Amino acid sequence: MTYITKPDFHHPSLGKNALGFTRRDYEGKVSTLCAGCGHDSISAAIVQACFEIDLEPHRLAKLSGIGCSSKTPDYFLGASHGFNTVHGRMPSVLTGANLANRELLYLGVSGDGDSASIGLGQFAHAIRRGVNMAYIVENNGVYGLTKGQFSATADKGSKSKKGVVNSESGIDLAALALQLGATFVGRSFSGDKDQLVPLIKAALRHKGAAFIDVLSPCIAFNNHKGSTKSFDWVREHNEAVNRLDVMVGRAPIKASYDPGELIEVPQHDGSVLVLRKVAADYDPTDHVGATNYLQQRQAAGEIVTGLLYVDPEAEDLHDALGTVKLPLNALPDRELVPPSSALAKINAGLR
Amino acid sequence: MEPTNIEAPEYFHKVVDCQWACPAHTPVPEYIRLIAQGRHADAYMVNWKSNVFPGILGRTCDRPCEPACRRGRVDEEPVAICRLKRVAADNKGDVRSRMPKAPKKKIGKKIACVGAGPASMTVARDLAPLGYDITVYDGDTRAGGMIRSQIPRFRLPESVIDEEMGFVTDLGINMKLGQWIGSLSDLLKQDYDAIFVGTGAPRGRDLDIPGRKEAAANIHIGIDWLSNVSFEHLDSIGKRVIVLGGGNTAMDCCRTSRRLGGDDVKVIVRSGFDEMKASPWEKEDAQHEGIPIINFRVPKEFTHQDGKLTGVTFEKVAWGTNEKGRRALMPTGEPDEHYECDDVLIAVGQENAFPWIERDIGMEFDEWEMPKVDETTFQSTIPRVFFGGDAAFGPKNIIWAVAHGHDASISIDHFCRGVDLRLRPPPGVIVSSQKMGIHEWSYDNDISLEDRQKVPLLPLATALGDVKAEVELGFDDPRSWAETQRCLNCDVQTVFAKSLCIECDACVDICPTDCITFTVNGEEEELRPRLQAPALNLTQDLYVSATLPTGRVAVKDEDVCLHCGLCAERCPTGAWDMQKTLIEMTHAGGCGR
Repeated sequence: MTYITKPDFHHPSLGKNALGFTRRDYEGKVSTLCAGCGHDSISAAIVQACFEIDLEPHRLAKLSGIGCSSKTPDYFLGASHGFNTVHGRMPSVLTGANLANRELLYLGVSGDGDSASIGLGQFAHAIRRGVNMAYIVENNGVYGLTKGQFSATADKGSKSKKGVVNSESGIDLAALALQLGATFVGRSFSGDKDQLVPLIKAALRHKGAAFIDVLSPCIAFNNHKGSTKSFDWVREHNEAVNRLDVMVGRAPIKASYDPGELIEVPQHDGSVLVLRKVAADYDPTDHVGATNYLQQRQAAGEIVTGLLYVDPEAEDLHDALGTVKLPLNALPDRELVPPSSALAKINAGLR
Repeated sequence: MEPTNIEAPEYFHKVVDCQWACPAHTPVPEYIRLIAQGRHADAYMVNWKSNVFPGILGRTCDRPCEPACRRGRVDEEPVAICRLKRVAADNKGDVRSRMPKAPKKKIGKKIACVGAGPASMTVARDLAPLGYDITVYDGDTRAGGMIRSQIPRFRLPESVIDEEMGFVTDLGINMKLGQWIGSLSDLLKQDYDAIFVGTGAPRGRDLDIPGRKEAAANIHIGIDWLSNVSFEHLDSIGKRVIVLGGGNTAMDCCRTSRRLGGDDVKVIVRSGFDEMKASPWEKEDAQHEGIPIINFRVPKEFTHQDGKLTGVTFEKVAWGTNEKGRRALMPTGEPDEHYECDDVLIAVGQENAFPWIERDIGMEFDEWEMPKVDETTFQSTIPRVFFGGDAAFGPKNIIWAVAHGHDASISIDHFCRGVDLRLRPPPGVIVSSQKMGIHEWSYDNDISLEDRQKVPLLPLATALGDVKAEVELGFDDPRSWAETQRCLNCDVQTVFAKSLCIECDACVDICPTDCITFTVNGEEEELRPRLQAPALNLTQDLYVSATLPTGRVAVKDEDVCLHCGLCAERCPTGAWDMQKTLIEMTHAGGCGR
């Protein structure tokens, strides 16, 4: 960890966004994670993404569980709402918060232990209910805080730092999220901000359950030969299906690509996801195709990254439940606390 | 770009902007850290080795270091380097035992220094400990040259000059004061092995406009007048004074006038206020003492009645374009203005004058009547005569004179020992890692957000009542401490070891000033704009690594690096290290080490 606070001085050319904030204004406290942790790069990517989409910090709630990854919300968006919940229980707290106040953006930050082990059930149900959120798993395949045991996302056959070979199957959270009905699924790598930042921007703007699995090497316990979550391994096996750009409004697209190379996916909020194809014929709006592709490439030993699936017509839990349009804290007392006559009416109907 | 060669001493020296900008290359961050530790005597000696007159310079330096200070590019104002230098000098205690001694046995070489100003005294200081037999001549009865004659006592007390000139004369220098050298030819006939000329730029420029002769009794040349005040030949001036000129001498003239009875003192300058040659702080000090600075006025005539000065008439000008299409001061066509006054001080520049150098002894002069002097060796066309200070290349300032003195000393030493004068010794560089623990450094890497400290002043009435009362009181301990903490420790360098880097981006993410980028290499012009933050300050270098395993290079823009060490703290492999580079100029023989 670092003992001094990050100095306030910044580069004289540091730009401001539409709200007049600099990127530095979206930072949080200085990280206490190990030096070089992939999670810090993800925090930096979240900072960059929120700066770029002109996010008003008070309009976002960041929620997390327990673990190295779940500490990170302290290190970004220092002026946003936050809730550090119980281990594996972030999804239900987030669901509750979302139901109570639908006007905030919800960012769930979790790890492979928090989401794939103790919180697997919570993870699954929040996704399948379609809670409107961006759910990021900072996935390092290892229990760093307890000194390097395999986590549930560690690949079968990969080696621990001590040399032990993992005999259990690894959970592919992106494939699982796809199967569970997430309407936005991405995978990326902490060491590739060019890919990660647009994915986070798109996930925050997506209506519905948006999930991003971010491979994030653990420098202390999982960055050795034999690991499949190390910087070197991920760099060697990373196969991006596309490159994403988030367009706010209908900005003209620079036509430097051949026709057919770009896919445009309009979103509910008027923004457009512009995807440059890398893998030929990969269609991120084809659910079955995406599922098949992931399985095929995984079998070939590749780590497929990019925007894997998006449903532009997605709906969320509020739509399904038909809840009131206003957040509960904005409802007047008259509507929030019906008079006794209303109860009398209900009772009368039951007699 | 090619990988940066950090082995070349200039590379990291340039990163220490203050030291690079200083003509004598004083290791500024090093002594500021010593002051912070309360080691004032050590801080003083670091200075003394490098610039010979820390107490004097801590009050009077032109401060080329401060505009260069990196802090000025991330904060509103640079570190008050000059005032900290004074703190070291004021609190050093008795340092006589730390001073070098001249060897009892001389090496048998005799050197004459003409003039006892900063350049000559630096030559004496550098060469005496090597066993040279040094004789210093000066027309004045006390050592110091312009330091003593032109700088007013309220800026520089006599005791400070006496002490620091004393450190030099204590080296067994043969001081021949009150002896004006009237002939170089005669001096050459004596048995000196080398002669150093450090006679300054002793002639104040005059203003040849109507009325100059008629009103001469009340029109004075600024530097001569200041000198008369310094040597107490003069102690009063008229109530209404006009100072003509916009340099630091003009500022000294007007402020001295205020203290000698001038109630209504004005500075009237030809150029615009912003283009004045005076240091910004000297202009501020003058204004603080109730002296207006009136600009864009060209003096046309001294008015007089019955042989007595009555005032000065000025033509009003403004920036425009002359007939050649160049930007120039052009008359506005408005009516001339007349300002009444009792005395005028002319401070419109200084000139060199060498009436004492015969033109038939083999010394070549250029078209401006300046002796031809080599810019590296300071040697004239008479091989054993060397020049330095204002006498070499025209009026500059004290710190340049000191730097010249060091360089001339190296040449004189080489000359006397038969070594090639073109061989210049490289600076001494000591590199030491500052790493103590995983996140501990042996320098204080926390960045203070304090503003520049203001120096306390004597109450105005007291200051104006006594021409000898030092007006600036210097920093007290709390101010001194706060100011030392503003230094960014630019000499503690970020050193990158390519072989250790795993390209995890931790340094990029933590850097508060976006200095670091991992990207594909390119030509410098193409690379600069596409870095994490565009590197548009072309005076600052890019530090480029060799190609990394992903095919990229690490690029660090030195421009606004805070030297906070966070890149090194967040680096999991120690690929970044914080290493102090103590760079010290090598002087002639022993004083440089």
